[in-house]
Amino acid sequence: MIELNQLYQGFRDPTTIHNLAREIQTLASQYPGNINIMEVCGGHTHTIMKYGLNQLLPANIEFVHGPGCPVCIMPKERIDHAAILASQPEVILVTLGDMIRVPGSKGSLAQFRAQGCDIRPIYDPLDTLTIAKENPEKTVIFFAIGFETSTPMTAVLIEQAEQQGVNNLLFHINHVLVPPAIDAVMADPKATVNAFIGPSHVSVISGAKLYRPAVERYHTPVVVAGFEPVDVMESILRIVKQKLAGTAELDVQYSRAVSEDGNLHAQQKVNQYLMIRPQFRWRGLGPVANSALMLRPEYAHRDAERIFSEKLNVADIDDHKACQCGDILRGIAKPKDCKVFGRGCTPESPLGSCMVSSEGACNAYYRYNGV
Amino acid sequence: MSVEIKLPTEKAVQLSHGGGGKEMNNLIKSIFFKAFANPILASEEDAAVLNLDGPTAFTTDSFTVSPLFFAGGDIGKLAVAGTVNDLAMMGAEPQYLSCSFIIEEGFAIASLKQIVASMASELHKSGTRVVCGDTKVVPKGCADGLFINTSGVGRILKPHISVNHLQPGDAIIVSGDIGRHGAAILMAREGLNLESDLRSDCANLWPVVEQLIAANITIHAMRDATRGGLAAVLNEWAQASKVGISVAESQIPVSDEVKGLCELYGFEPHDLANEGTFILAVPQTIASGVVEIINRYGDSQTAAIIGQVEDNHHGKVILTTPWGSTRYLDLPQGELLPRIC
Amino acid sequence: MCLSIPSKVVAIHPDEQAVTVETMGVKRKVSSHLMSEPLAMDDYVLIHIGFVMNKIDKVDAEQSLALYREIVDKMEH
Repeated sequence: MIELNQLYQGFRDPTTIHNLAREIQTLASQYPGNINIMEVCGGHTHTIMKYGLNQLLPANIEFVHGPGCPVCIMPKERIDHAAILASQPEVILVTLGDMIRVPGSKGSLAQFRAQGCDIRPIYDPLDTLTIAKENPEKTVIFFAIGFETSTPMTAVLIEQAEQQGVNNLLFHINHVLVPPAIDAVMADPKATVNAFIGPSHVSVISGAKLYRPAVERYHTPVVVAGFEPVDVMESILRIVKQKLAGTAELDVQYSRAVSEDGNLHAQQKVNQYLMIRPQFRWRGLGPVANSALMLRPEYAHRDAERIFSEKLNVADIDDHKACQCGDILRGIAKPKDCKVFGRGCTPESPLGSCMVSSEGACNAYYRYNGV
Repeated sequence: MSVEIKLPTEKAVQLSHGGGGKEMNNLIKSIFFKAFANPILASEEDAAVLNLDGPTAFTTDSFTVSPLFFAGGDIGKLAVAGTVNDLAMMGAEPQYLSCSFIIEEGFAIASLKQIVASMASELHKSGTRVVCGDTKVVPKGCADGLFINTSGVGRILKPHISVNHLQPGDAIIVSGDIGRHGAAILMAREGLNLESDLRSDCANLWPVVEQLIAANITIHAMRDATRGGLAAVLNEWAQASKVGISVAESQIPVSDEVKGLCELYGFEPHDLANEGTFILAVPQTIASGVVEIINRYGDSQTAAIIGQVEDNHHGKVILTTPWGSTRYLDLPQGELLPRIC
Repeated sequence: MCLSIPSKVVAIHPDEQAVTVETMGVKRKVSSHLMSEPLAMDDYVLIHIGFVMNKIDKVDAEQSLALYREIVDKMEH
C-alpha cells in the first residue's frame, strides 16, 4: 500500500526530474521547430517558476504563461464593485485569500479594509455562512472568484444558504471558465502556442473532456498535468513525444486524480445554481463571450450585482497603455519585452494583471527569474 | 521592603487600574512587583539607576500578537525573549529590561497573571531583570487585549558582530528548523481550523549564545529570524554587506508540520516568523564546530549549515533546488494570505 | 490553480457532511459536500478551499511511481 508521503516525495524526486529532463533534451533536439507550451493554469506557472523547471529545458521549448490566475484576470471595474459593496453601510464583504491585495482603480480591498470597511479574507467559503449567521443585522456579500475548480464550493454555499434560510447572504459572482480563455488566446493569428499543459484541479472537477474541443480545433496536444515538478516534467516529455510523432491528442498525465468526466456531482451542483454569462471582460484579454458564470434567475434574490445595480454602475477600466499583458498571455511577448516591466510595474504596485498575483507571468518572472 | 501587598478582588482590569491611584498601586504591587522582584524595581524611583560598564547594547520592541496564548508560548514569553534575543544577537549579555503594558479595559486579571508569570520564568533563563515599567489601561475597543513593550540593555561581550561584516566564503548557519512561530500563530488563528502538535520556537537565546561567546569563536553576523523569517535576514545581510548569499533548499531544516501548513496554504517556510531561531555567518573553517555547540546547548538539535556567502550577485540571495535549478529568494511580500490559485 | 498536496482521511463526521484529513502532521476538518459517494478512513483525497474535490487513485499513483523508478534504473544501467 502506497504511503501518503510517497504521493508528494515521489513526485518531487530530484533523480526522476533529472532523468526526465535528460530525456526531454534528447528528444527535443530531434524536433526541428520550437515547442511553445502554454500552461493555462496559474498553479503550474507557480510550480515551473518556483522549482526552476524552465532552466532544465532545451532552448526550443518555451513556456507561455496562460490566463489561468483568477486573481490576475479580474478587471479593475469588478474589483471596484467589491470596494463599492464593502463601502455600503452594514455590509460585510467576504472573499478568498489574496484577492484582497489586487488593486482596483481606487485601491485594493486591503486598503479599503484599512479605511474601516469590513472586509474579511477567508480560506473556506463555508465560513461565510458562519459570518452571515453571526451577523444577522448585516448584509454579508461573498465576492466569488475562481475557475471551474472553485465554482462548486460557491454552489454549495448558495445551497446551504437556501436550505438553512440564511437570507442575509448575497453573492457577487466572478467565476470564469478555462475553454473560452484558451479560445481567446488562440483567436489571435499571431499566437505562437502549439501545445498545452492542461490544468490539474480544473480537470479534477470538469474532467479531461473539457479540452477535447481545443485539441480538435487547434490541432495541438493537450496534456493534463499534476502540480508536482515530476508531473510537469513528465507532461512536457509527453508533449515532445506527440510533437515528434506529429499527433495532437488529449492525454492525461495526472491520471491518479483526473478522469474523463470529472466530478459529476460537483458539476451538477454548479449547474443547479449558476449559468453561463453572455459576456465577461478579462483583464488582459478583453471581453470574451460565454466565458463566465452568473446566478440563475431563480436566485436573483441573492445577486448582489442586481440588488446593488445602481451603485455598481462602473465603466470599464483598462490597464495602463504601456502594459503588454494581453500579448504576454497570448505568447506574443515575454514579460521582459514590456517597457514598464520591473520599472513602473512591480508586484508592490502592479500596472497590469500579470504582475498582480504570484501566479501571474510577470510577477513570477520578476520574483524568480534572472539569476 | 515594607509594602503591604493586597490582591485585587476584581477579576478584570478596569480603567481605574491605570488611573495612578490606589487600584493601580495594588495591581502593580500584587502582580508586577511580585513576579519581577528585585531591588532596583522595588526602589520605586522615577527612573531606574543602573551601573553600566563599557560598550552597551540598547534595544526596544513592542509586542502585539493574536492570539495572546499560543502553542509554545504567550505574549509575555515573547516580550522577554524577543528583547533578550535582540541583545544576545549583538553579542551582549542581557542585563536590564523595561516593561510597559497597555491593557484593554476588561482584560482578565487571571490572564494577566499568567502572562506575567511566563515573563518571570523567561527572565530567569538569562538572569535578566525588569528594572522599570509602566501600566496604562485604555477603554474597551482601543486595544486588542494587551500590548507589551520591552526595552533592554546589555553589556557587549563580543564586539564587531554586524550586518555589514559578512565576508565571501563565510558559512551561513541556521540554529534550528525554521518557521515554527509563524506556523503556530497561523494554526491558532480562528478560521483555519487546524490541529497539530506544532509549537512555537519561542525561546530565550542567551544560554546558547553565551556558550558561543565562551567558545571564543569568530562571528561575523548573527540575527534572530523574526518577522519576515529566514528570507528577510538573508536579504538584509546580502544588501548591507554587499555580498551574494547562496543557500541550498535541501539543507534548510523544516519540521513536517511547518511543511504541511505551507503545503496546505501556499506559504513558504522561509517567509514565516521565528522567535527562537537565529542565523549566523561564520568563517567556513569553524562552521561545523558552531553547529555542534548550538545543537548541544540550544533547544533544537537541528542546527545546520545551509549555504555560503559569495562575491557575486551582490545584494541577492540565491536558492538552489535539489535538482540544481536556481532562483532568487525574495523578501516576503505583504500580509501572509493563503494562496488560492 | 491551487495547491496540490494530498491528504489522508483520519475521521468521518457523517452528520456534518465533513471529514477530518491529515497531511504531514497537520489535521483539519473539511467539507465532503462535493462527494457523491461516502469517503472511507485512509482514503487519499485532494482538498481545495476547505472541500474534498476527489479521491486519489492509489493504484494509478503507484503505477506512475513504478514507471519513474524504471526510468531511473534504465538511465543508471
